[in-house]
Amino acid sequence: MKLNFEVDGDDFLLAGEASSQVKKVLKQLGVASDIIRRIAIAMYEAEINMVLHANGGMVDVDISPEKIYIVFQDTGPGIEDIELAMQEGYSTASDKIRELGFGAGMGLPNMKRYSDDLKITSELGKGTKVEIIVYLNREGD
Amino acid sequence: MKVKDICEKLDLSVVAGETALENEISTVYVGDLLSWVMAHAKASSIWITIQSHVNIVAVASLLNLSCIIVAEGAKVDEETVEKANNEEIPILTTNKDAYCLIKELIHLGIE
Repeated sequence: MKLNFEVDGDDFLLAGEASSQVKKVLKQLGVASDIIRRIAIAMYEAEINMVLHANGGMVDVDISPEKIYIVFQDTGPGIEDIELAMQEGYSTASDKIRELGFGAGMGLPNMKRYSDDLKITSELGKGTKVEIIVYLNREGD
Repeated sequence: MKVKDICEKLDLSVVAGETALENEISTVYVGDLLSWVMAHAKASSIWITIQSHVNIVAVASLLNLSCIIVAEGAKVDEETVEKANNEEIPILTTNKDAYCLIKELIHLGIE
């Protein structure tokens, strides 16, 4: 099953729609709740990042019996130092965004922690591609 | 214990999600950093926060939290109320702070 979402970059407070839709689909498919939880967390963080830093983008979700493969593609500023961005607590978010409870520097660490595979490719000035895989059966854990 | 029970016993105002007041409560999580809450709050928790913008509903909904208590009189945006009603996430408000709420919740037997 393939799903596509366009993430609106204009209103970051409304971010989370794609994650919410995917969660509903997985629930209907009977996926275990702890796995849905992991997917929801990883997706939410990626979606929020896309809105906060890259003015939105596209999300492609591919659900198979074995795994869920999610690709987030944006045309934002790119990530200069991915290793640094992966560190817990590191954030480039503005004070205004932080006051709203975002920008804790936990986004990428959460994505890594709750996915089985995370791949980030980024080019400065061109954009960032985040690929997340979560296996839907225990063998993949 | 259900959300409606703590509303009554802690004298909380229900501002949204009235259709989900039968939600069962397991435990409590306190926090204002959304990613931190995402990573650590357990399903069916009460979430106590002073954040009141619409994105708290997405967090609560994705994690299957039982309700959100917006503490210390923080004003809840209209769009937050609307979204919480759609997603059936109860939002409860109070002038009490998190510490007071936790003391009362422990007193009620919620660990």
